[in-house]
Amino acid sequence: MNKLLEGKIAPVVVVVSVLIAIWYCFTVYLNTPWQLDRYEKAGTDWTYSQLITDTMKQDRPVLPAVHQVVVEIWQTTVNKNITSKRSLIYHGWITLSATLLGFLFGTILGITLAVLIVHNKALDKSLMPWIITSQTIPILAIAPMVIVVLNAIGVSGLLPKALISTYLSFFPIAVGMVKGLRSPDQQQLDLMHTYNASAAQTFWKLRWPNSVPFLFTSMKVAVAISLVGAIVGELPTGAIAGLGARLLAGSYYGQTIQIWSALISAAVLAAVLVMLVGVANNVVLKRMGMSQ
Amino acid sequence: MSKDASPVVSAKKLSLTFETNDGPVHALSEIDLDIAKGEFVSFIGPSGCGKTTFLRVIADLEKPTGGEITVGGVSPEEARLARAYGFVFQAASLYPWRSIEKNIALPLEIMGFSKSEIQERTRRVLELVDLDEFGKKFPWQLSGGMQQRASIARALAFDADLLLMDEPFGALDEIVRDHLNEQLLKLWDRTNKTICFVTHSIPEAVYLSTKIVVMSPRPGRVIDVIESTLPKDRSLDIRESPKFLELAHRVRDGLRAGHSYDE
Repeated sequence: MNKLLEGKIAPVVVVVSVLIAIWYCFTVYLNTPWQLDRYEKAGTDWTYSQLITDTMKQDRPVLPAVHQVVVEIWQTTVNKNITSKRSLIYHGWITLSATLLGFLFGTILGITLAVLIVHNKALDKSLMPWIITSQTIPILAIAPMVIVVLNAIGVSGLLPKALISTYLSFFPIAVGMVKGLRSPDQQQLDLMHTYNASAAQTFWKLRWPNSVPFLFTSMKVAVAISLVGAIVGELPTGAIAGLGARLLAGSYYGQTIQIWSALISAAVLAAVLVMLVGVANNVVLKRMGMSQ
Repeated sequence: MSKDASPVVSAKKLSLTFETNDGPVHALSEIDLDIAKGEFVSFIGPSGCGKTTFLRVIADLEKPTGGEITVGGVSPEEARLARAYGFVFQAASLYPWRSIEKNIALPLEIMGFSKSEIQERTRRVLELVDLDEFGKKFPWQLSGGMQQRASIARALAFDADLLLMDEPFGALDEIVRDHLNEQLLKLWDRTNKTICFVTHSIPEAVYLSTKIVVMSPRPGRVIDVIESTLPKDRSLDIRESPKFLELAHRVRDGLRAGHSYDE
């Protein structure tokens, strides 16, 4: 057990330590010019050790030190009331709700498209190019238009952001599920044919269960980009609430520590979401008897 | 269904040509063959001789391009719609997300049997292939031979009179194969089904069959139809008897004759 833990934890610790060390090196390097400028203006004498500590204490550093970000995250989560506009949990939840709703829509839309594509040759030829084209348009260009257009017809708040998430997340689901629904081999399809099974029976008894592993793999990708979609959707709304708003507000006022803490919160949130899909994957496959 | 006297499968001048980019491929050429009820017919020949194609035509998985074929007195399509046959493929093709029991229940569910009927039939065919204790297991928990037995049980579950088997033991080792051959003969004896069996093993064909159809490739055609002289009740030891060796010799001669056209 001890050895197992060592084998699993040691590499992670090493990699994280190295990353943190590199981060600190850059913190010092990138924040030095401003600090030197400051010393010069104030006419103070300085030593190297003083310089290094000072580069990690700036209010608006080019690159904040790790501990500054950690303190910021701590203060805006644990030390803040959840209802406060300065609470990261409050902003995180706003983004998360849009992410989850968009992910749900995207999954349903993706599966629906895949089912249509697999069962209809004409749709296969006509839909797929559009689906691929949809993803070649930069989301940053589309997001403001979606928000503005929907706002004009009276839809605002959660839904427009969720729709931008949907726009991104349906794609991996559709592509993955087309592959998954087509994954039964010819022999399995022949078998259904010899039973004179209907298309619906072939779908529910063969294609659908066979595509479940594909669905979860696509869902892992989809949930992560759903979050990206929700954050992008928050940018054009004038930065009122959400992790995207924190990023934007941070950049308006040069609050780099705030930007980084929002950024890291978003990354952690994405990791947790992907992990949750992974857990769901294991549970479902186990219940289906497919994990050995 | 047809009376005992009329053949279960009857092919007259049956041809099938695949159109490919390299020109037409004559998979089957003018096949004449009758299979009577209760027979165990083996199809043997080198790859490309059309033995599997012929089986697939019977099963309505391929459409012939010439000649006639009836299955149980009707067209293959009607026979398929009436679920007149069970098909056993080379790979067991069990669904990994279904237990053995549920795999066998699959055709029964599709055909709309009642829950109690499904249970009863599943239990019966599992017993028939000696897997009664493995119903709740998942396919990956079973050996290759057991998986193939389960797939045979699945084909037997809905009581079709005709069993079509496409090299069902081809991927198994010889010891397992011998054992399954013996079991299959017993099963055939007990259920009185008509079996069409594709193989490329001469001993397997001779040991199992009442009739051996020797085929040759390009174009796929029947070289020889051998009525077995072996008694219906046979054990594996019969493979050392002179009669057996004589039959095997005739099959080998047929295969060789078929090949000499090419060279």
